[in-house]
Amino acid sequence: MTWNPLSETQSVEAFADAVAAHVERGSRFAGLFGVAEGAGTRLIAVLARQGGLDIEETVVRAGVDHYRSLVSRVPAAQWYEREIRDLFDLASTRHVREPLVFPFAHDATRPRPGSGGDPAFVEPDLTPLRSYVRGEGVFTIPYGPVRSGVFESVEYIVETSGEDIHHLRARFFYKHRGIESRFEGQEVHDGVLLAERFEGVATVAHAIAYCSAIEAIAGVDVPTRANLVRVVHAELERIANHLESTSRHCEAAGQAVAVARMTLHKELVQRLRARLCGSRFSRGVVVPGGVSSPSTFDVAATRTHLDALEHAIRDDIELLMATPSFLDRLRGTGVLEATVAHARGALGPVGRGSGEIEDVRSSRPYGAYGRLDRPWAAPRSRGDALARQLVRDDEIASSFRLIVQALDLLNGMSDSEGREWRVAVDVANGRSFGWAEAPQGEVLYMIEIREGRLARVKVRSASFHNLALLPLAFPNDILTDFAFIEASFGLSIAGAAG
Amino acid sequence: MPWIPRGLRNGVVTTRYPKRFDVEAGAVHTAVSVVARGPDERTHDAQRACPTGAITIDAQRVALDRGRCILCGRCTRLDPATFRDELNPEVAVVRRSHLVVPMTDETDDELDRLQGELHRRVRALRRSVFIRHVDAGSDGSDEWEVAALTNPIYDIQRLGLYFTASPKHADLLLVTGAGSAGMLGPLRHTLSVMPRPLVVVAAGVDAISGGVVGESYATRGGVLDVVPADVVVPGAPPSPFSLLHGILLGVGVLGNARSASTIAHAGARP
Repeated sequence: MTWNPLSETQSVEAFADAVAAHVERGSRFAGLFGVAEGAGTRLIAVLARQGGLDIEETVVRAGVDHYRSLVSRVPAAQWYEREIRDLFDLASTRHVREPLVFPFAHDATRPRPGSGGDPAFVEPDLTPLRSYVRGEGVFTIPYGPVRSGVFESVEYIVETSGEDIHHLRARFFYKHRGIESRFEGQEVHDGVLLAERFEGVATVAHAIAYCSAIEAIAGVDVPTRANLVRVVHAELERIANHLESTSRHCEAAGQAVAVARMTLHKELVQRLRARLCGSRFSRGVVVPGGVSSPSTFDVAATRTHLDALEHAIRDDIELLMATPSFLDRLRGTGVLEATVAHARGALGPVGRGSGEIEDVRSSRPYGAYGRLDRPWAAPRSRGDALARQLVRDDEIASSFRLIVQALDLLNGMSDSEGREWRVAVDVANGRSFGWAEAPQGEVLYMIEIREGRLARVKVRSASFHNLALLPLAFPNDILTDFAFIEASFGLSIAGAAG
Repeated sequence: MPWIPRGLRNGVVTTRYPKRFDVEAGAVHTAVSVVARGPDERTHDAQRACPTGAITIDAQRVALDRGRCILCGRCTRLDPATFRDELNPEVAVVRRSHLVVPMTDETDDELDRLQGELHRRVRALRRSVFIRHVDAGSDGSDEWEVAALTNPIYDIQRLGLYFTASPKHADLLLVTGAGSAGMLGPLRHTLSVMPRPLVVVAAGVDAISGGVVGESYATRGGVLDVVPADVVVPGAPPSPFSLLHGILLGVGVLGNARSASTIAHAGARP
């Protein structure tokens, strides 16, 4: 799927209407991206429908300092508009003063991704925040950025009057690394290394999304063997992430033995990944054109290992889902209403716990997913932490089935189907999109190649999109519910911060 | 109640490390080692392919900086005669410059001296060490590996090592991440309120050099110019065994990889 970057460019005035029209027709708003174009800025809106993506774009000329906001009709656009304001110094008509991605000083040079520039190191401008809620006894608790325990750095600003949470903000700029700018000017074969480290716990999903976009631009088909190996690693990554989220649920509920069991299972999954490729995060496996080396692993031994692991995990999850003191803490906690989830285009297990059914492995199948069983999770719509846990339980089982299927297909491949695991990728100029269903939800890459090098790589992680929804999942919750809600979202701060 | 037998189901799964080697450590590539031989065309190919410039070829001597190596595996594929995947998890060292391999004999002497100094300084800490972890702009995977140290397999409490929420209770600062601009202030602040004596462990290639992210408008290229690291642990991310070795090296329980080769290659894949 490639687009000529100059096609269908709307006028700035008509842009917001065109995007809103897609959403009103039922498309899901998947992101609004900026690309520096001379001294101006190209805005690209991505809208997902069953089977494909639609793109709307416009150019805000140099000297024009704002554009019409999408937020009133497309509420999910808010964080994207704030991101563009931070990185491009270009505000929408409904801009929020508070920085989101990085607090640049008023006069700081902005990175303007796509400009090919290499901005110098900037100090963050940490002006104190205003509070949103006023009233007697209301006070603000900052949690973080250095947190109590081994967690990624993030600051949650909780406005409370004691127990009820009136307002919540997640500030993740502490971890902003400017990776999108770091892609610029790199060779496509080096870019995948950055993609793998954009959101380290979803290495495989990011690498697949990145490589799919590159492969689409180059017009190459990835060998079947490589696509199957990608599935094995991607689904192991999903199982590990879901076990992480589950173990954090158990920890919040004080289920000490369950924590030990879940972290043990997760460790064994990571070890299995290391046995397959030498890396506990499957790094270096997915490369443009296929996978980096022929699958040397012993399929039969892997299956035996996998069966034991699946059995042990299923057994413990069954017991966990029959433990009342665990279920009571999750039921009704952190409800993300189905209407909110739909309006905001919630992704991944967060969306699927609130009535959304989209999973890009089946709605826009990539790689080998088209020839495997559809990934499966029973539909849930209660929107609470329990619904998200149940979705993950189903997805763990479904991932095991997909891995077994992929291994069987790998095993049964005859030599006539080729031993090929990688095809050459001749870099052509162009722009394309790539995607993958990460454990956190859909990861989307927009890649533009000019003169054989990466000119703009926009990464839209599910963690960024879903973190915007976290504050909406606190309708009736109190401070002690916080750990459950955070764990049930299962997001990566690195992935959100970029 | 049903959880009690579940906790006993698999017996003791905890590793015996550091007392005994653990074969399970041998599946993870922890670093790249350099075989001392003259460079050929393949070595030069590997050098050109290295995404972080970790390989230097100087007067027929090939060296690799583990503090820059992100373990992408390109050099070991292009020139397997020179570059080997290291499976020994004991790769932490007490000085940044010692991450350049192969090490020379002079640096070995230097290593012993530095370790001796560190061990004298932290003698009081050995039996009970509280660790404060700070993520200074990681990709998220480092935290999984650090958190794994408390799972039943590594169970570092058995060694008197504990994670603590308060920097004021902590003896050891464990830093991960590439030094993102936003975290430099909180990192300095954490360090400033910690009591002395104090051990600082910079874990992972991101913390050492910024890794593949390196320097950007929002990243410092590692944390070594922000915190005085006593121990550096290579790896991208370092495995739990490598982290444990780094921590034990920092508190004077273990020596460096050269002297404590209990694990060396015992778990090599068949």
